[in-house]
Amino acid sequence: MVAKAFDEMNSGTDGSVRAPYRGVADWLARTSPERLEATRREVDLFYRRHGITFGAYGAAEGSETTIPFDIIPRVIAYDEWQFLHKGLSQRVRALNAFLTDAYGEREICRAGIIPEEQILMNGEFVAMAQGLQLPGGVHAHIAGIDLVRVGEKDFYVLEDNVRTPSGVSYVLENREVMMRLAPELFAAMSVLPVADYSEELLATLRSVSFSDGHEPNVVLLTPGHYNSAYFEHAFLADEMGIELVKGSDLFVDESRVYMRTPRGPQRVDVIYRRVDDAFLDPLAMRPDSFLGVAGLLGALRAGRVNIVNALGNGVADDKSTYTYVPEMVRFYLGEEPILQNVPTWRCDRADDYKYVLEHLAEIVVKEVHGSGGKGMLVGPTSSKAEIEEFAALLKARPDNYIAQPTLALSTCPTFVSQGVAPRHVDLRPFVLSGKKITIVPGGLTRVALKEGSLVVNSSQGGGTKDTWVLASDQADDR
Amino acid sequence: MLSSTAKNLYWMGRYLQRAKSTARLIEATQRMALQSRGEEAAGVAAIFGMEDEFRQSQAQGERLASLIDFLVIDENNPSSIVNSIGAARRNAREERNNITVDVWESLNALWLELSARLRGNRATLDRGALIETVKKQAVMIFGAAQVTLLRDEANNFLQLGAFLERADNTGRILDVKFHLLRPDGNPSAEGLDYFAWSELLACVGAVRTYRRIYRSSLNPMKVAELMMLRRDVPRSVHHCLWMVDLNMRELADAYGTRGEADRLAGELHARLRYARIDKVFEIGLATFLGQLRGDIGTLSDEIGRQFLLD
Repeated sequence: MVAKAFDEMNSGTDGSVRAPYRGVADWLARTSPERLEATRREVDLFYRRHGITFGAYGAAEGSETTIPFDIIPRVIAYDEWQFLHKGLSQRVRALNAFLTDAYGEREICRAGIIPEEQILMNGEFVAMAQGLQLPGGVHAHIAGIDLVRVGEKDFYVLEDNVRTPSGVSYVLENREVMMRLAPELFAAMSVLPVADYSEELLATLRSVSFSDGHEPNVVLLTPGHYNSAYFEHAFLADEMGIELVKGSDLFVDESRVYMRTPRGPQRVDVIYRRVDDAFLDPLAMRPDSFLGVAGLLGALRAGRVNIVNALGNGVADDKSTYTYVPEMVRFYLGEEPILQNVPTWRCDRADDYKYVLEHLAEIVVKEVHGSGGKGMLVGPTSSKAEIEEFAALLKARPDNYIAQPTLALSTCPTFVSQGVAPRHVDLRPFVLSGKKITIVPGGLTRVALKEGSLVVNSSQGGGTKDTWVLASDQADDR
Repeated sequence: MLSSTAKNLYWMGRYLQRAKSTARLIEATQRMALQSRGEEAAGVAAIFGMEDEFRQSQAQGERLASLIDFLVIDENNPSSIVNSIGAARRNAREERNNITVDVWESLNALWLELSARLRGNRATLDRGALIETVKKQAVMIFGAAQVTLLRDEANNFLQLGAFLERADNTGRILDVKFHLLRPDGNPSAEGLDYFAWSELLACVGAVRTYRRIYRSSLNPMKVAELMMLRRDVPRSVHHCLWMVDLNMRELADAYGTRGEADRLAGELHARLRYARIDKVFEIGLATFLGQLRGDIGTLSDEIGRQFLLD
């Protein structure tokens, strides 16, 4: 079994309540389970009425469900956040430097740190993006870095997401809901606000326009309302006051992108796209795509429109490149990495592969390009049959998998049907990179609602919590 | 604003208004059926252009019930109330960022309530309550739009859709029902069936309005005048086309261009504004309304062409 997890509320010295959680502990002590249950129901109603929904892939067309929201906030102390902030900025700077290099000279390969085939043979490599000079040298404008905590001072990066990371709308909506439902708790604790995310995002998008000298027109490109994250697309466009467009709203003429309006064509300078690379331009990528815009890549190459996040970022965030990120920090920045990677076995290496096969029951194995908690094996919680089945997959394509020790993800008090109980959590902060780096305090806390489960993905029965970064070391002063 | 946004808002207005008009029409018909003999259902069927299918179907008593189901909950009828609300919500959902939270929430709440009702047993589904909900909530949605939406092009397209649909609905109801009650087009009050004529007014919610304006007993010519020419009656064809024209002018001012749709909107508005009811009956109401309804259809097509809605 997994080692006993670090509980973010109750793992203080001799099992006392940790300082940052004192306000929450007091609140829980004086709030009856009936009151909590009533609040929980109110939340569900709120989310449904607002249509803050999530259409799971594979579910019936148009079916909408809400992601469960847990009403007990997850708290991060000010100094903890300072540490994470530094580490995240550093990591994202290195990832951006790597992406510029990967689509440029590939110095890091010549220095013998990353083999060139790791980049060129990667399924996510986009040849057409080579040699592009992007504004500010930024490729990963919006990065979601998944962190886990295993001890008082031990945070690990589980995964980098630099393609089209989602979830930030929940950060903002969860906060709205908490302020409405538990104002007394906010009064007792001083929490850093998150509401300026949209403003920072818009500033970031505007700062990476190719064209100077005129107001950039920024749009958000969505695959449409059947996409599982459509709510978020509409939410962010609304918050930023920019147009939410589909591929059919745009066209390219003379290497310039325009949107169709009743006034006639209007020029577009920056596209915050939430459409995957493969579907962006039927002329350059998948010809059967109806979600993209024909000629978009030509306009990008002509320096007439910038696409955010950049194309081909997948070479930086798949699970096999992940193992090289600490080296990237050293190589590009000349610094020691602040945030640690989880030790990782690469199944394309003979020694590692052998070890993984022998220890399947103890470790976690993931697909290199997998996401959403699918295509993975959590050894300690899997049956013998499941392990054998997975072993067959692994043997067929060892290079498609990596493995990591099963981490005892930290737990937070969570309101479940049996009452308040510890459940495992992770954290996805969102890092914005334009002319500068901005990180809204906290991020999305995902929680595995099933007892003992370590899989926090919403598609696998995970929920979310509001994440509170405290304004100072206030809790210690009490 | 995107062309696709204009299109979604225009259709959101049309579908919402369609659901609202249908709800009102069914309600008036049902009330009428309770107090008289059996041809109401045939009249309603005619309004939706389904007279023939209807006559071939079952016994008289079941006819009304099955017609109502067709108009309210039938998935195969694209204009059924439930489908119209669903379509309006789809349009709204695509434009979440272009409408206010109040508009979205009131529309979404209606859709959620309809969905919840439809999940239950169809046999015991309370049609009356469902219709009542649609009527009430539609007023809330339009009210939310009225008090919260920015007065910009998006709002113009929403209004355009709603008023064009309403003009078409009122024109159609008047045309069909008048013809049923007076096949010879005679506007005199002789031998008037009070219940049938008040039902016609009830279809556009104007029974009391009639008394208020005319302070006299029901008279077919005045009924036609009220539904068609009175600018102060919010469901009259004149009022609706006035609003269509107004919104078209605002769009023309914003865009600095005019087209065939602008001309036609202005012409239709002027035609109703300067029409006299006695002259209309000299031409023949059916002729006048036939021409009018045809032109409203053309206007709808022209709006689509002019603003790239199609």
